[in-house]
Amino acid sequence: MRQVTGLIALIVLVAFLVWGVLPPTMRDFGYPPSDMDDYIIENAQEQTGNNNVVASVVFDYRGFDTLGEATILFTAVTGVLLLLRASKRRKESS
Amino acid sequence: MLSKIVRTVANQLILFILIFGLYVIAHGQITPGGGFQGGAVIVSGVVMLLVAFSSKELKKSLRERVLSIMESTGALIFIILAFVGIGTAFFYNLLVGTPIFGHIPPIGPNPGDIWTGGVVPLMNLAVGIKVVAGLSAVVLALALFSSGEEVEE
Repeated sequence: MRQVTGLIALIVLVAFLVWGVLPPTMRDFGYPPSDMDDYIIENAQEQTGNNNVVASVVFDYRGFDTLGEATILFTAVTGVLLLLRASKRRKESS
Repeated sequence: MLSKIVRTVANQLILFILIFGLYVIAHGQITPGGGFQGGAVIVSGVVMLLVAFSSKELKKSLRERVLSIMESTGALIFIILAFVGIGTAFFYNLLVGTPIFGHIPPIGPNPGDIWTGGVVPLMNLAVGIKVVAGLSAVVLALALFSSGEEVEE
């Protein structure tokens, strides 16, 4: 019973994913042709003053993504330090 | 702790690694690299010290509390700089054209100018502080844990 339920769930999930990438719901591959990168290459030096266009994308145009990256690092460091401190506390109490 | 030859070479080499890491962080708006990459370079120097000397020795100079404060400060500076341009948009580069990092380079290839980029150099610096402190704390904590020591508060 459980295997049948899992199989049905798998089929539904795969059908959903395939439906998501088929042409009626998604645009053709590579279409529309690159508008955003042309805009960034032409305007990054004037708008952000950066010679390094990658830095201007990472910290300016897509800064929100970098904020998430920094949050991931912060969470990882917090988790590691918390774990090691918890093991120390358990050793003291026992 | 490794032999005296390794320790001496590591002592001489850490200076150049620190200089290179600071260079990569400080020139993030001109050359490839930035806060994350330069911070990783400096942390590789810290790992070298950790291998050459023991983690017990390094614990005396790298306090975990200081590293935590440094990392939180970096994250706070980053978010504050992101909120500087909130009048227009989140992460708007408000400092372009102002006296602080405000030079605008000519369009196309040019030799580059350190005083450009608006908030991007400051964000690189903040992220560099954050990455150096965070990864150093992780590496030091793991090394101390695997050698049976405790993390020093």
